[in-house]
Amino acid sequence: MRDYTIFIPEFVAAGGAVLIIALELIWPRIRRDILATLTVLVSLGWIGASLAYIGMGDNNFQGLIQVDNFTTFFRILAGGIIAVVAIMSATYMRDRAKTASEYYGLLLVAGIGMVYMAAARELITAYISLELLSFSLYILVGYLKRDALSSEASLKYILLGAFSSAFLLYGISLIYGITQTTYYDGIADALLARSGDTDAAAVVGFMLILTGVGFKVSAAPFHMWAPDAYEGAPIPITAFLSTLSKAAGFALILRLFTSAIQVDAVEWRWAVALLSAATMVVGNLMAIQQTNLKRLVAYSSIGQVGYMLVVVAAIGYGDPEVGRDASSALLLHIVGYVVSTLALFTAITAIYNRTGDDSIPGLRGLAETQPFLALVIVVSLFSFAGLPFFAGFATKLFMFQSSTTDGLLWLIALAVVNSFVSLYYYLMILRQMYLFDPPEGAARWRLNPVMWCMGAALIGATIAIGVYPGPFFEAAAHATEPLYQQGADLLVQR
Amino acid sequence: MELTILLLIPVAGAVLIGLLPERAEQNARWIALLSAVAALAFSLFLFFDFDSATPGYSYVVKERWVDISSFNLHYHLGVDGISLPLIVLTTCLTLASVLISFSVTKRQRLYYALLLVLAASVLGVFMALDFMLFFMFWELELIPMFLLISIWGSGRKEYSAMKFVLYTIAGSAFMLVAILMLAFADGGSFDLVELGESNVSGALLPLGWVFAFLFVGFAVKLPVFPLHTWLPDAHSDAPTAVSVMLAGVLLKMGGYGIIRMCVTIMPEQAEDFGIWMAGLGAFSILYGAFVTLRQTDFKRLIAYSSVSHMGIVLLGIGALGKTSIMGANYQMLAHGVVTGMLFVMIGLMYDRTHTREIAKLGGLGRQMPLITTGLVFAGFASLGLPALAGFIAEITVFLGAFEKFEWAVLASIFGVVLSAGYILWTLQRVVFGPVKHDWDGVTDQHQWWEHTVAGGMAVLILILGLYPALMMDTMSGSVDQVIARVEEVQS
Repeated sequence: MRDYTIFIPEFVAAGGAVLIIALELIWPRIRRDILATLTVLVSLGWIGASLAYIGMGDNNFQGLIQVDNFTTFFRILAGGIIAVVAIMSATYMRDRAKTASEYYGLLLVAGIGMVYMAAARELITAYISLELLSFSLYILVGYLKRDALSSEASLKYILLGAFSSAFLLYGISLIYGITQTTYYDGIADALLARSGDTDAAAVVGFMLILTGVGFKVSAAPFHMWAPDAYEGAPIPITAFLSTLSKAAGFALILRLFTSAIQVDAVEWRWAVALLSAATMVVGNLMAIQQTNLKRLVAYSSIGQVGYMLVVVAAIGYGDPEVGRDASSALLLHIVGYVVSTLALFTAITAIYNRTGDDSIPGLRGLAETQPFLALVIVVSLFSFAGLPFFAGFATKLFMFQSSTTDGLLWLIALAVVNSFVSLYYYLMILRQMYLFDPPEGAARWRLNPVMWCMGAALIGATIAIGVYPGPFFEAAAHATEPLYQQGADLLVQR
Repeated sequence: MELTILLLIPVAGAVLIGLLPERAEQNARWIALLSAVAALAFSLFLFFDFDSATPGYSYVVKERWVDISSFNLHYHLGVDGISLPLIVLTTCLTLASVLISFSVTKRQRLYYALLLVLAASVLGVFMALDFMLFFMFWELELIPMFLLISIWGSGRKEYSAMKFVLYTIAGSAFMLVAILMLAFADGGSFDLVELGESNVSGALLPLGWVFAFLFVGFAVKLPVFPLHTWLPDAHSDAPTAVSVMLAGVLLKMGGYGIIRMCVTIMPEQAEDFGIWMAGLGAFSILYGAFVTLRQTDFKRLIAYSSVSHMGIVLLGIGALGKTSIMGANYQMLAHGVVTGMLFVMIGLMYDRTHTREIAKLGGLGRQMPLITTGLVFAGFASLGLPALAGFIAEITVFLGAFEKFEWAVLASIFGVVLSAGYILWTLQRVVFGPVKHDWDGVTDQHQWWEHTVAGGMAVLILILGLYPALMMDTMSGSVDQVIARVEEVQS
């Protein structure tokens, strides 16, 4: 029986997207703020509808799409990110583009792409969801048509994105060639049963899939597009790219790597470990040299991806026990990272709206002209750097601790060293804000109350996760449960 | 509960200051003063209320905090005879720092708020009985220190602040690894009380490594040669109040950590490493003293003398005897007050002359009699004049360590002779000698807060020098417990 009820939350989101686009078509002079508000309401409705699915048993659509706690987790995350980005965009897009309805509509569509990346249990479905997300992002990155940088960023992103999709598809086809199926469960069984003469094809297939998803989450050496795309995109879209698109990549990775190809972990885990090491080192070393704030955030988020990949490597190296703890910690880390990143971008957007400057020296003396935003930036940067009392410390601690397995000690050590190195460039930003006097003639300015509340809420959440992570971890642990219920049966066979 | 209140007093002060509107900026200092006084009064109440006969920790609070898979963390605070005197030292010096900062006019709200956050984080370090909580307070202290040095400092302030942060962070990385190793070993835990009673085994790394990692984390802070190079920079470029806090209490976090963590948790390894600790201590004493002789900047001179004096702490701990550890702990208190007072007096002098070059100063005894009297008094205490604080501490350490490490003590005593040399020589150049007319017309100390700080610290030095039993009795019981752990392994 086909159970369409499991799609209700996305019906809400997609319906909202169509409604928003239609509204501007019918009534071109509609105020942009109304569209933004509508987007926020739709995403809140989306979250509300998703809550009904918590703890519901097996909700499977033809073996293609699985709605379980893991999917619900990403539905809530997507709704939350879109709501925050829409609020950020309301002030940013007001006078920068002629139309705004496609912009808000595509935010929702991209969110749907992410949710199905998390929910897919079949490779083609996962691929299509990934493309849905990617195409929405290509348009969003280039949304400021008149801005050469934005168009350039979009073009680069499209070319490299298409390239990576090709890799991914090629990998999928190789795996299909070996296993004769695209369903995750079927792949797992077939991989288990395969004979040694398909080793070469399997390894190549895994590497190509890894390359494909590596592009999407911007892991080094496939990270080249990220700094350009981040720099050129409208600021709220940069926030969107570095939160939703990364979280989506990891949702797909977690679902795929813990089930379908877990049985052949020996063949891919070393590559993930190397990818992780390269990513964190490149991200952190390149970040040190940046002068543009958005590029710096791009590289620092590449570094963060390196830490997250440690967990994926640990899933390959460890037993299911390790895998489950590490995956839960990864979800918690993603939440902490998303909240801190959104806080940072709330501040950057507000500053850019005021000064039109997004370079690091542009933050000069911010502690005098707008102390609240300086505080927001400090909290989010300290969270990235992993200082105690902020989200990043607790989440990274759990992530590294739960990933500690015999084969990975070197990687954990590297990650710890890297996260201490990263403090250096975060302090350089702090230095601009607190140590120097503001430029001549810069006066104290007031912040829009909506942005103020959002900034306060986001740093509140960052500190809450850092100080009292228990409940957040529990939620994350519930979300990873279904992954390992299915995985456990497979591992018994292994 | 009591300890939570003590922790919250400075935090509440900081929050109140944060809420002050800009036009009321002048009031920040009064709020800071009020909360510093309240914290001092409350800590004194705890100190006199404390019963040194109770075994273990007093005023314990333990609440479940994080309970995630293998992480069992608690909000766990408590004090014993080793930490309580250090807490009183912290509150005393916080009050001194607030008072000495009354001359600060730049961005006062942020300044006092950071100073109070710094005090709270140091108090947290001395109170925490959960290793992760300890670590969090340990790291928290970096944020206010970085900003305080780099905004209100002088000279190469940004360089010094960054160096300070990077050194400490590098040490903490080692410490964090060691903490996790201990927590997930057999018989391990995050609970310092449990760790202090059980014998940990089967950690991921050999326990000798774990001990060394912990030691590196604390040795950076103490500081021990060759990890000391951040100290002269941070000291000389920090504003006066921050130098006082840095020399007075932040260095003590290192010594406290070695006693509380390294020795109590891993007595066996401490026994093995004892000779290295004593050797490093003795070397730091001599090295620090020799380098001090060559300094031309007054604050750098005191900074290097701190390296020398903290070597005595390490020597005392390395000997692992009751007397020597008591002496080490006493040396931390004495050094905190004495060096704190030296920095206060140099700060007052700098406010007036705007130079710290010893060669440019001279004959100041005429022009600023009160300040120089304080300087000479603190200098005498620093070189270990009997009846003043430093003497008791040094003699106790030397007596305690002599039996075990004769050579180290003999070498260290030579370091003390050197310290008499550099202090007296410096005093002679700065205070006495021909009057320099460049300094005609500079004012002496005249504000009430300047008198209060200088007088108060002199009284503290006298109390520590004349009535050592006050602190020694408090410490005794708790040090006995540490020693019991060590003897358990020795036998």
